[in-house]
Formats: sequence, C-alpha cells, structure tokens
Amino acid sequence: MSGGWDTTEEFVKPGQEAHQWKIEKRASGDFLFKGVTVFFAFSILAILALVAMEMYVESLPIIHKFGWWGFVKGSDWDPVNGSFGALPYIWGSVYSSILALLFATPLSVGTALFITEILPHRVGGLVASLVELLAAIPSVIYGLWGILVMVPWLQKTVEPFLIDHFGSLPFFQGAPYGVGMLAAVLILMIMTVPIITSISKEVLLAVPQSQKEAAIALGATRWEMIRMSVLPYGKSGILGAVILGLGRAIGETMAVTMVIGNTPQLSLSLVNPAYTMPSVIANEFAEATSKLHTAALMEIGLILLGVTLIVNILARLLLWSVSRNEKGGIRQ
Amino acid sequence: MKGLILRHLKNHGMTLLMCLATLTVLLPLGLVFAYIVKMGFSSVNADFFTKIPPPPGEAGGGMANGMVGSALLIFCASALGIPVGVFGAVYLSEYGGSRISTVIRFAADVLSGVPSIITGLVAYTLLVVPMKGFSALAGAFALSLIMIPIVLRTTEEQLKLVPNSLREASLALGVPLWRTTLKVTLRSALMGVTTGVLLAIARIAGETAPLLFTALGNQFWSHKLTEPIAAMPLQIFNFAISPYDDWHRLAWAGALVLVVMMFTLSLAARSFGARKKHS
Repeated sequence: MSGGWDTTEEFVKPGQEAHQWKIEKRASGDFLFKGVTVFFAFSILAILALVAMEMYVESLPIIHKFGWWGFVKGSDWDPVNGSFGALPYIWGSVYSSILALLFATPLSVGTALFITEILPHRVGGLVASLVELLAAIPSVIYGLWGILVMVPWLQKTVEPFLIDHFGSLPFFQGAPYGVGMLAAVLILMIMTVPIITSISKEVLLAVPQSQKEAAIALGATRWEMIRMSVLPYGKSGILGAVILGLGRAIGETMAVTMVIGNTPQLSLSLVNPAYTMPSVIANEFAEATSKLHTAALMEIGLILLGVTLIVNILARLLLWSVSRNEKGGIRQ
Repeated sequence: MKGLILRHLKNHGMTLLMCLATLTVLLPLGLVFAYIVKMGFSSVNADFFTKIPPPPGEAGGGMANGMVGSALLIFCASALGIPVGVFGAVYLSEYGGSRISTVIRFAADVLSGVPSIITGLVAYTLLVVPMKGFSALAGAFALSLIMIPIVLRTTEEQLKLVPNSLREASLALGVPLWRTTLKVTLRSALMGVTTGVLLAIARIAGETAPLLFTALGNQFWSHKLTEPIAAMPLQIFNFAISPYDDWHRLAWAGALVLVVMMFTLSLAARSFGARKKHS
C-alpha cells in the first residue's frame, strides 16, 4: 500500500512539463495507430478502384479499335489476324451459368428448407456442415473429378442416350464428345449448390419463430407454414443467395475450363463444346504475344468484372436488407 | 374433410421432394469424396512428398516442389494480406464513422465476389509487366487480394463481440486507446481472428486461376520470390488435363493431400472456436 503511494509521489514530482510530455506522446501514439488503421481500411476501396482502373486502361487498345459494341457483338476470334469478338464467350458464360442456376436453385432451396424446418436440429447441423465441406473443395479438384470421372461417363452413357432419344430438340444435337456445355452446367450446378444452400439456410434461420408459430396455430400443415410464413419472409434473402451463386458461376474458371471443351461457338446444343469468358483468359493469357490479343483478353476480363460487380452489388443489397443488423449479419 | 386429406398429402409430397433434393445435393459430395480417397490413396507414397514431377509419360515422382512452393506463396500472401485485413477491421469496429464503414464493408463484400482470375490479371499488370517476368511475388499478391476481404470481415465480427466494459476498464486505467486496442481488444478476440485467418488460408491454398499467369508454375525446385514457382493447384491442373495416366495418378494424389490439408485447417479453425453472435 505504502509502496504504491511512493511511486505516485515520484511520478508527480518532476513537475508539470514531464507530465504534459507524456500526454502528448500518448496522443501522438493514438494518432499514428489510427492513421495505420485508416490506411489499411481505405486500401480496400483503393484496391477495388485499382482493379477496375487497371483492367480498363489495359483494354483501351481494343476499345479504340473495335469500340465497345463492336467487341461485344463480334463473333470472330482470330489472334493471328488480329480479329477479336467476345460474343461466343459471353454466350457460353451466360448460357452455362443460367442453366446451372436453373437446376441448382430448387435443389438448394429444398435442401435449406429440409435442413432448417424438417430435420431434427442435430441432424440438420450435420447435413449443413457436409454441404459446407462441399463448398470448401477447390475448383481445380472439381475439375479433376469432372474431366476424369464425369466426362467419360457423359460421353459413354448419358450423351448417346440423350442424342438418340431427344436428338430432334435443338438442345441435344451433335456428337457425344463428353466435354461440352452439359459437363460445364453439371459441374457449375454441383459447385453453386453448396453456396446457395448455406446462405439460404442462414436466411431461413433468421425467420422469427413467432411467424411460424402463428401459422401453426391457425392450423396450417408444415408445408403451408413454409409457404405462408417462412418463404415470404426469406424471399429477398434467398434471391440474394441465388444471385450470389450466379456471380460465382459466371466467374468460375478452373473447373469449367477443364470440362467445357474450349471451342468458341454460338450454339443452343448442350452436347457441343463451348467456351466461357474466364476460360479463354485462363487458356490464352499466358501465351498471348501481341498487344492486341492481351488487350482483348483484358477487355473480356473487364466485362466479366463489370457483370460480377453488378451481380454482387445486387446480391449484397438483397442480403443486407434481410439482416437489419447494421453490419450485415449474413455472410457466405 | 376431403380438403384436409389433400392438404396433408401435399404436405407429405413436399416433404418428400425436399428430402430428395437434399439427397441429390449430397450425392455428388459422396462421389467426389469417394474418388479422391480411392484414387488418392492408391497413388500417394513417400516419393510423392520428396520428389519433383517426372517427365511426361514416366511413372513415379511427386509434388514436393509444389508443396514447398504453395507453402511459400501462402506465407507471402498472408504477410501481405493479414495486416490489411486485421487493421482494416480495427478501423471499422473501433474508429469508423458508420457511413464510411458501411461503404468499406460493402466494398469488401463485393471484392470477395470478384472472380479470382481477375485478381490474377491485376497482379499481372501491376507486378509481372514491370518486373519483366512471372514471379512468386506476383502470385502471392494475387492471393492476398482474395484473402483481405475474408480476414477483414471475420476479424471485424470478432472485435464487435468484445464487451465494451473491457475497453472502458483499460481506458479508465489511463492506457491510451491504441494500446487498449492492441493489448485488450485484439487480444481478447485473438482466437476468433485466428479462425478467420485459417479459413482464409484454406481458401487460397486451393486457388489456381490467380496463379496461372503470375506464379506460372515450375518443373523444378525454386525458392526465389522473383522467379516462377511451382504450386500444388497448378500442378494438379496441368496433370489433370494431360493425356498421361501416370500424371493423372499424381493429380489424384495431389487432390487428396490438398483436401486433407484443407479439412485439417478448417477443423483447426473450428477448434479455435470463433464465437458466433446469437441474434
């Protein structure tokens, strides 16, 4: 007790100036530390701006030569003769992603509902963590499985069957290569389902218990409760999850590159090989020698960036609106 | 009465459909796992961890250089990305005004949705072109761009869970704010922050697209940051699309090692036990 008193005495003794100095030093430490955190926090904004700007500057040569619209609607891609058009790649990306989402959405929402509303709490948690494991597997491993297991199966079993029985439809005209749009759609579906499921699950868990109890109290069956109180409440959140899945599908590179066949063509057929925007960048960028070729790939990257930015902004706004929490509680 | 039966039938029908959807979702998981384990185990051996890849068409060899390369890339990416993520999060939770913080949070969320191949393109123009060559450093930079938003958001979430009374107690003792933040706030959130970092590492460990034209890959050993470097995901990709069965086997072995590593990481992350907010 007395020891403590002594040190205090000593501390005060040297006079006002030293004390003042200590306070100022503290303040400058605070100032410095705050400066560091401000710098790092704003670097996030800087990175985003830098990414967009770099891509734009690098694709200027091609924008000047073909114009925006000319590049987007051109379907000829011939690096040797300096002719570039992005349409087959845009088509491939859009077609594969939308089809994949078309199949993935009902599966994901069904699974999320089954996990949250029907399975017992513990079993549901187990299934949810299995689904999350599926989301953690890297894209290149899906591609490995796709090219060595799924593609041979498609080529020998599924595609001959589809062509034989439904060959009159435009969707199944062509030869069974194995690699192609169908393989890409399936692999994208497998890869987007875990993302959509786990976010939808979070959204559904945020539905207030009272909403469900009210429906049950009115005599609703479980499905009626889901349809009348769970789904309407989670609607915008689930839409956000689906759009986020769409962004992931459009940007997905490795797995798609490995199974889509990498042939730029405009075709409705699912059995034909196709090409996507990320795939052409992945395949050609390291080998692009002419300035124009690099710029063309950069502009494809820029289009890809633009599309994914819009999609992500939309998805986040929808998801943030679900959680009233100001920091946006639901994350992927 | 008839309506009631119909409603119950519909209820059971929809339950069945949801059950089927769940099974359909879990089926590919089982298939992918079964193949990785089956093909991987028969191909993994001691050589895999000690040798470099064999020339095309030859048996044997391993991915030792890829493992070392990946470790180096992850280390450098962490050194670049973790400080940005953690201190950015400190700003958001301890200092930031609510409007600008929301903008930064939103930017981080959007950044995490940018396709990973785009980060590769950016690293290429910012580092590969000026340095006149593919390099491990460019690869690490591309990976760090993926890491930053993940670390930022998990760290911020954990910092928000630290009770205000702890900060106030420290400040009341005369400890300056910056020391309070470092020694009290960040330290009490340390477990959760570690979890976020481990999850971010697990995410970038398997990234391939950003490395394609930054780290490029290397047939041989390399440890210089300014030279192309081998990485496991790149090797798996190159071997998978090759026509040789021996290389396919190596790819499966690599996939098994990568998956085991990622699951270990995420288990470790969970054992650190990020406290989740129960709202």
